[in-house]
Amino acid sequence: MSDIAPIRFRSATEETPLARWALIGIAFAGLAVLVFAPLIAVFAEALVQGAWAAVKSLGNRDALSAIKLTLIITAIAVPLNAAFGIAAAWFITKFDFRGKAFLITLIDLPFSVSPVVAGLCIVLMFGSNSLLGGWLVAQGYHIVFALPGIVLATMFVTFPFVARELIPVMIEQGRAEEEAALTLGASGWRTFWTVTIPNIRWALLYGVLLCNARAMGEFGAVAVVSGKIRGQTATMPITIEMLYNEYLSVAAFSMAAVLALLALVTLLLKTLLEIRHADQLSAQRRH
Amino acid sequence: MHIQIDEISKQFGTTAALTPVSLSIPSGALVALLGPSGSGKTTLLRILGGLEFPSSGRVRFDGQDATNLTVQQRRAGFVFQSYALFRHMTVFDNIAYGLTARPRASRPQKAEIARRVTKLLELIQLPDIGGRFPSQLSGGQRQRVALARALAIEPRMLLLDEPFGALDAKVRKELRQGLRDIHDETGLTTIFVTHDQDEAMELADLVVVMSMGRIEQIGKPADIRARPATAFVREFIGA
Ligand SMILES: Nc1ncnc2c1ncn2[C@@H]1O[C@H](COP(=O)(O)OP(=O)(O)OP(=O)(O)O)[C@@H](O)[C@H]1O
Ligand SMILES: [Mg+2]
Repeated sequence: MSDIAPIRFRSATEETPLARWALIGIAFAGLAVLVFAPLIAVFAEALVQGAWAAVKSLGNRDALSAIKLTLIITAIAVPLNAAFGIAAAWFITKFDFRGKAFLITLIDLPFSVSPVVAGLCIVLMFGSNSLLGGWLVAQGYHIVFALPGIVLATMFVTFPFVARELIPVMIEQGRAEEEAALTLGASGWRTFWTVTIPNIRWALLYGVLLCNARAMGEFGAVAVVSGKIRGQTATMPITIEMLYNEYLSVAAFSMAAVLALLALVTLLLKTLLEIRHADQLSAQRRH
Repeated sequence: MHIQIDEISKQFGTTAALTPVSLSIPSGALVALLGPSGSGKTTLLRILGGLEFPSSGRVRFDGQDATNLTVQQRRAGFVFQSYALFRHMTVFDNIAYGLTARPRASRPQKAEIARRVTKLLELIQLPDIGGRFPSQLSGGQRQRVALARALAIEPRMLLLDEPFGALDAKVRKELRQGLRDIHDETGLTTIFVTHDQDEAMELADLVVVMSMGRIEQIGKPADIRARPATAFVREFIGA
């Protein structure tokens, strides 16, 4: 008797092994060329003259000031945008009012406006030639070419990230759980912290991480409002550009590597959190 | 608790969800709000629970004006149509929520909360599911957990919006009896919404038939069957 070939079942949506490997291969090749290669190139460039040269280039006053400034801006802009994003998403999803569609469009505005234009708007509004800006300068408050302007520009550009992540999640969840909490005697404030926030925490985390990555990396709007004053208003991206233009390649790429590392750390954090809470996550998704 | 509804109306923009309705519910009664879709049953229930405020009219609890009481002050045990269990909490924490949400002065000790939750789990005949998440329960189990959660706050009344709506016929029958038992045990004034006339007739002491924001008839199930007051009731009951 001839051998009986083992019968193999394949579900309707499953591709042949060949097609599967081909698709996976293409995906990896794409990732390698578009993501990994540039990332490795940045680190390689930074280390061309050895690790010591790279570290030394980061140790001077201007470089340290840029790193500090970027971290400060992120530390201000991201929490504020998280708070505004939550408020906006909450308002849009929990209430019915006229002009809702318009408000949602408005939230997307920073995505469609070029950051440079956004920066110019801030200069026009708060520059010393404007009414408001002139008055503020007279009171001793400098917005443009100073920290407040950079924070404003960063916040404008990164505003949609949190709200955009939250709105669909909050629409999907509706108001029922919050109403249940209220009927059980919880105050509005307690309901917010024990029901609303836990229900949106993953979307919130994701939005905050995206917002964070973009806030650290923002170039265009900040370039306009900061005035690029070395050691004062030059953020990391601005400093990288200036160093690169001056052919200080090691210094430029060292700082670029630090910026990339900061982004990678955020990603790692998100992945760790997801792994740690995987059970709970899947239990909730099936609900 | 005796509930009195005086000329309550409710407008949503231009739609009138309730034209003035009046209703007196004796203490300890088990009442069904029966009517077709869109007749205003949910709206009336939400007004009683304090989740919605009437456009005009008054609500009285035991003769006291309760119209302006907040949802928290009403202390109504509310069971939502889709149960609205807190999806990120275990069954235990769901049931304990109302007790832990109390101000510190009146909040029971941890051990006391655990004791009460355990007792409620026994009452709904699901003693072993305290550690599960809502997503790990069947529809009927979720419904019973929602009921236990509402009972945990020692409510002054029970309000249930289509409590058996999403369940299959066999489970419905079982849970119907379960609700009757719990009502008889606690003696709470209980109002439930349904559009299933068998359910209303079988379970309730008093049936309120509604249509298009009006109350068509109030009466004992047998009376409504024997003497429908309007053509609408006759047709709805006959169906
Ligand atoms: N938030 C709201 N905004 C606008 N209209 C509403 C709102 N809630 C209810 N309505 C309207 O009020 C009327 C009564 O609604 P209600 O939900 O009380 O009906 P129901 O008897 O519970 O119906 P069902 O059996 O389908 O649940 C309907 O015409 C409905 O469209
Ligand atoms: Mg309804």
